[in-house]
Amino acid sequence: MASNPDEKIQGGFLGWVDARFPLSQMWNDHLAKYYAPKNFNFWYFFGSLALLVLVIQIVTGIFLTMFYKPDAELAFSSVEYIMRDVEWGWLIRYMHSTGASMFFVVVYLHMFRALLYGSYKKPRELIWIFGMLIYVVLMAEAFAGYLLPWGQMSYWGAQVIVNLFQTIPYIGPELVTWIRGDFLLSDATLNRFFALHVVALPLVLILLVAAHIIALHEVGSNNPDGVEIKAHKDENGLPKDGIPFHPYYTVKDIVGVGVFLIVFFAIVFFAPEGGGYFLKADNFIPSDPLVTPDLIPPVWYFTSMYSVLRSIPDPFLGVVAMGAAVVILFVIPWLDRNPVKSMRYRSFAAKFNLAVFVVAFVILGWLGLQQATTAVSDMSLRFAQVYFLFFFLLWFLSRERSAGFSILAFLVLVAIYTFYDVVRFDPDEASLIMWGWLIPTVYLFVTMVAPVFARGLGRDRAVPQRVTS
Amino acid sequence: MKKLIAATFVGLAALLTMPAASAAGYDGDLMSANVDVSNQNALQRGARLFADNCMGCHSTKYERYNRVGKGIGLTEEHMEEHFVFVTDEEGDPVGVGSLMEIAMEDDYAEEAFGVVPPDLTLTARIHGEDWLYTFLKSFYRDESRPLGANNAVFDNVGMPHVLWHKQGWQELVEDEDGNERLELVESGSMSPTEYDRAVRDIVTYLSYIGEPVQLERQRIGVFVMIFLAFFTVLAYFLKKEYWKDVH
Repeated sequence: MASNPDEKIQGGFLGWVDARFPLSQMWNDHLAKYYAPKNFNFWYFFGSLALLVLVIQIVTGIFLTMFYKPDAELAFSSVEYIMRDVEWGWLIRYMHSTGASMFFVVVYLHMFRALLYGSYKKPRELIWIFGMLIYVVLMAEAFAGYLLPWGQMSYWGAQVIVNLFQTIPYIGPELVTWIRGDFLLSDATLNRFFALHVVALPLVLILLVAAHIIALHEVGSNNPDGVEIKAHKDENGLPKDGIPFHPYYTVKDIVGVGVFLIVFFAIVFFAPEGGGYFLKADNFIPSDPLVTPDLIPPVWYFTSMYSVLRSIPDPFLGVVAMGAAVVILFVIPWLDRNPVKSMRYRSFAAKFNLAVFVVAFVILGWLGLQQATTAVSDMSLRFAQVYFLFFFLLWFLSRERSAGFSILAFLVLVAIYTFYDVVRFDPDEASLIMWGWLIPTVYLFVTMVAPVFARGLGRDRAVPQRVTS
Repeated sequence: MKKLIAATFVGLAALLTMPAASAAGYDGDLMSANVDVSNQNALQRGARLFADNCMGCHSTKYERYNRVGKGIGLTEEHMEEHFVFVTDEEGDPVGVGSLMEIAMEDDYAEEAFGVVPPDLTLTARIHGEDWLYTFLKSFYRDESRPLGANNAVFDNVGMPHVLWHKQGWQELVEDEDGNERLELVESGSMSPTEYDRAVRDIVTYLSYIGEPVQLERQRIGVFVMIFLAFFTVLAYFLKKEYWKDVH
C-alpha cells in the first residue's frame, strides 16, 4: 500500500480516511465516476425524489416519536398535542402525513417509468425485485403508520385489513388473534404496530433501498431508448453516451427537487388534508370500537388492490386475488421476454397494453373509494380482469405471434371470463354485464386480433445503436 | 407526452382541492357558512356564545384557555374571569393554562341525553363548517322526541334546541309541492338575521379551534412558495450552466 503513488499525492485528512475506509472510492463509484446515460428525461426524477421522501419521513418521524404516545388512551390526544402544543409540531405532522401519500405518488410514477422503458429486463431483474420488495414493505409501513393516530379510520381501516387474514381456511381466526395480540384491535395492537412502524419496517426499508441502489450501480442505469451505453466505449473505457452522475445529474435532480417541494409544500401549507384523500375527516374522531363508520375506504394508495379484493364475491378468493395482484408484479421480468426494452420502439399493441393497464389501475383506485354498489363491484371485476390480462399480454407480446395462435389464445381467454359471466348471470343486471363484457374483449381484440390483420400494429421498430439525445 | 403529463398534474391538483364527501351522512343541501377565521370580533363573539351555551355539555379538551385567548385576542385575565367554569379537586377554578374540559360526568350525560355529548375541538374538521352552520339552524319542534326537538340535518339528534330562546321555534312544514322546509313559528330574542350571525360566529370559533394554526400556516406557506420558486429557478440555471458541455 505504501508504494502506491496515489496515496502520496492525496495526503491530508482525506488520505488518512481513505487508507482506512473507501470514502473516495465510494464517492467515485456511486457519484463522480458513475456514468449514467445522458438522455434521462422527466421520468428519471422519481428515483431521487423517492429517496428524498424517505429522508423526509425518517426525519419528521423521529421528531413525531419524541411527542407521540403509543397508548390507546393517549395516542389520539398526543397527536392533537403535537398539532397544538408542540412548537412547529403541526408542520412536522403535516409533512409526515403528506409525505406518506407523496411517497406512493413518487413510487408509482417510478414503477411506471420501469414499465415504460423496460428497466426490469435483463440484466436489471434484481433491481426490479428489490424495488418490488420496497413497494411491499412500504405498504406495510404505511398501513402500520395509519393506525397510530388512533382515529376512527385508523381503527376501522386496520380492522378491515387485519380481518382479511380471517378468511384463510383453518388458521385464519387464530392468526388474526396472533396479529392483533388480543381478541380485538386494542392497545396491544397499537403497541406492536408502533414498534413495526418506527423500528422494524424502516430498517428493512433502508436495507432494501441500499440493495436497490447497489444493484443499479452494478449494472448501470437504463434509459428512455433502452440501449446499453456500455456497448459503446471510448478509448478511456468510458461509455460514449454516459456522463458522470455527479455533477450532471446531481444538479439536474436538484431542479426536480425544487419542483417537487413546491408541490409537496403547497399541499402541506394550503391543503394538508389533501381534499380528504390524505387525511380523512372521520380520522378526527377518536377511535370507538362500538361505532362502525358508514364507509371505510382504505387510503387512496391501497384502493386499486382493494378493488381487486372486492371484485370477487368469495372473501378468501378475493384475498388471494388481491395478493396475486401484488405478487404477479414480481415476475414481470420473466413474463416480458421481448428484447426491445423501451416503449419508444415497441409495437402499437404493446403501447396500447401499457396504456390500458395504467387506466385500469387508476379506475380500480377510484372504484375502491366508492360504496360497494352492484355497478361498482361489476366494474371492479372488469378492470380486475384487465389488470391480470395485462400480464398475460406482456408475455404474449414478447414476440410476433402467428395468426392461428393469436386467434386461438384470444378465443380461449374470452371464453374463460364469458363462462364466468354466464354462471353469474343475473337478468336484473343484464345490461351491466353485457356492456361490461366489452371492456376486456375490446382490449384483447386490439392487442391480439387486430395485429393479425394489420401486421404493423404488432410489429416492434428497430432500436438505434446509440441513445438519441 | 409533455402535454399529457401536464394534464395529469392539473387533474390531480383539482382532485386535491375538491372538497371530499361530508362524513356526516346528510345528503340534502347545506347552507354556506361563509366564515372568516381572521375576523377577531366574530371569533370573540363566537367564543362568548360557545362558552355560555355549549360548554356546559361539550368539552374542547384538546385546546387550552390561555391559547384560545391569545389566538382570538383576549387577555388571560379575561379568559379566567369569563371562560373558566371548571374547578379542580379543591374547588378552585382550574388554571388558565388547563385544557378546556367540562364538569359533567359521562354517566350523567348518558342518562340525560341518551348519548355523551361529543368533544367539539375537532368538530369543524369532521363535519365541515357548512354542515355545522346548517345543523345549528335546523332544529325544529317535535313532541315525539324526549327533549321536544329534532333536527332536519341530524335526524333524532340527542341534543335539545339549546339556542331556542335566541332563535325561537321552527316547525317542519310541507309546502304545495310536497317539499319539506322549516318555518319559524315562534320568534326568540334574536331576529333571523341576528341569529344567522350568532350561528356564523359560533361556527367561526369552531373552525378556528379545529385548527388554530390554519391562518399562520397559510401565511408561512406563501413565503415558503416564494422561496422555493426562487430556489428552483436558480437550480434550473445552475443545471443549464453545467449541461452546456453535454452534447
